Amino acid sequence: MASDLREAASPSSPLIAVEALTRHYRMGPQTVHALDDVTVTIRRGEFVAVMGPSGSGKSTFMNLLGCLDRPDAGHYRLDGQEVAGLTSDELAAVRNRAIGFVFQSFNLLPRQTALANVMLPMVYAGVGHAARAERALAALDSVGLRERAGHRPTQLSGGQQQRVAIARALVNAPLLLLADEPTGALDTATSREIMALFQRLNRRGITIVLVTHEPEVARFADRVLQFRDGRLIDDARQEPEVAA
Amino acid sequence: MTAWDAFRSALDSLRANPLRSALTMLGIVIGVAAVIAMVAVGAGARDQVLRQIASLGTNLIMVGQGSIARGGVKLGAGTASSLTEDDALAVLTDIPGVVVTAPSVRWGLQIVAGNQNWGTVLFGITPDYMDARDWSVAQGRGLSDEDVAQANKVVVLGQTVVRNLFGGGDPIGEPVRVFSTPLTVIGVLGEKGQNTQGQDQDDVIFVPLSTAKRNIPGMAKSNPRFIHTMVVKMRDGADMAEAQAEIRDLLRQRHRLIPGQDDDFWMRDLTEVSATRDASSRALSFLLAAVAAVSLLVGGIGIMNIMLVSVTERTREIGLRLAIGARRRDILVQFLIESTTLSLIGAAVGVAVGIGTAMVVAALAGWPTLIRLDSVVLAVVVSGLVGVFFGLYPARRAARLNPIEALRHE
Repeated sequence: MASDLREAASPSSPLIAVEALTRHYRMGPQTVHALDDVTVTIRRGEFVAVMGPSGSGKSTFMNLLGCLDRPDAGHYRLDGQEVAGLTSDELAAVRNRAIGFVFQSFNLLPRQTALANVMLPMVYAGVGHAARAERALAALDSVGLRERAGHRPTQLSGGQQQRVAIARALVNAPLLLLADEPTGALDTATSREIMALFQRLNRRGITIVLVTHEPEVARFADRVLQFRDGRLIDDARQEPEVAA
Repeated sequence: MTAWDAFRSALDSLRANPLRSALTMLGIVIGVAAVIAMVAVGAGARDQVLRQIASLGTNLIMVGQGSIARGGVKLGAGTASSLTEDDALAVLTDIPGVVVTAPSVRWGLQIVAGNQNWGTVLFGITPDYMDARDWSVAQGRGLSDEDVAQANKVVVLGQTVVRNLFGGGDPIGEPVRVFSTPLTVIGVLGEKGQNTQGQDQDDVIFVPLSTAKRNIPGMAKSNPRFIHTMVVKMRDGADMAEAQAEIRDLLRQRHRLIPGQDDDFWMRDLTEVSATRDASSRALSFLLAAVAAVSLLVGGIGIMNIMLVSVTERTREIGLRLAIGARRRDILVQFLIESTTLSLIGAAVGVAVGIGTAMVVAALAGWPTLIRLDSVVLAVVVSGLVGVFFGLYPARRAARLNPIEALRHE
């Protein structure tokens, strides 16, 4: 699946092409337009912040980009491939190989070492046992935590835990890093460190889409999408502040 | 996700709650241990019975003197002196499938050797009797046709008699006396142990049939050809019921019994004893199966319960696994392997406890126990199936979780 995506890629084509994307929820007699006719294109190497108040549709947009949910209408082409019509197993493969997730609450397995946590996506990618540790160590190295590989999450600070989670998101070399409020559980200084890490990764070429409601976080991105009531109301490029 | 990955993850999550895992396994442990231990005790008892039955000899029909009725009063077995050596000969020649008929007389008496004496049972027999009842000779020789023909004053002693008369000494060639008749010991019988009724089969002495009739006072009575019992040995695979019917007809005819008149002999198929034992052990097996089924069911419900709790507790983990690329089947397999690991570890512990219990029972109660490999394999396989069956519902629930909601779960 992932190799198909990469073969289909041409440097000029957009990584994400979303067209009239719509998602409704039925709550009793009412229909909630969680996402209403959103069209947007994101190119490779962009660092995009998605902003909006709660209920604005930014989380729904994020879930659709992350292939965790399916749209009711519209198109979503990831790296040139239409993913709206894929089966559940095919979506799992896309999530596994093309997308890396970073969450507000880290979502590390508490009883596993940092290394084992980072190896987890490779378990589902069918990577052989021998290669797993090597690749996981390389990913931990890229977030500066190689020497903490044997530590459990409880032995790590919040910032370190989030960096382990970022290493986990990177380990299958995804096309896209999706971060949902990644600094929401961290203090200001640590948040800045994490944003500096995102900027470093972005400079190395990885596309990042980050959901946040904090303007202080969004200013490190080079493009900001504003959502309100399920609609995309603003799409602005900006000169990002350099975190470190 | 490979099965090995799933197994490692299963062990990990079981280690996370060791007490809970242990308590969950308890149902399976008790079920499996009970089955293994009870099958071991049952199989041990059955094995002992089978060995005892085999010691009686196989394919045997015993025919004995019956009672006679005088004026409505039935006297005891053996009061009719109608059974004769000629009957034995007739059975051998006229009934198809008969290998050997061994006529015998028996008498309870004292045997004296030097200053020792011992109360035992004397059998007056022919060499065929030893064949039919599968007696072996441990020392010296058995009785020969010549001994019978010449009424030689020789005797073969059972192990119990040898122990009581000679202690550890060698009895061969020693003189003994029964009533006033001197006999020479020519052999010692191989050991048989107790029969199914708990009687000591080794407390016997064998003399030639002719010697017994000639030298034991009152033995010959009015009919010098009379015998107490005959053992009829059928060939392997013979229809024992049909043979009995044929023997009955023949003897009734020879004894000139009119229809409606009671038999003046009794007859018993020694394999009937084993059939009864077989039936009772089959009933025991059904009972065991019921006990096992109930405890495995209870154990299985315990596993299902704890797996449901585990799925709820680990909803976020499931959401994460789905987000990073687990297919629903991976989640299903992971939880199935976890429940099966739980039940199989329980089964392994249960096998160990069951074997231990069987050994303790053997040591303390002195019962023979026999660990049956098939019971171990069956218990483990059934436990594994219990783990799969009762793990299926929780695993499906885990696999069907919506990843978005699962990730938001607190």
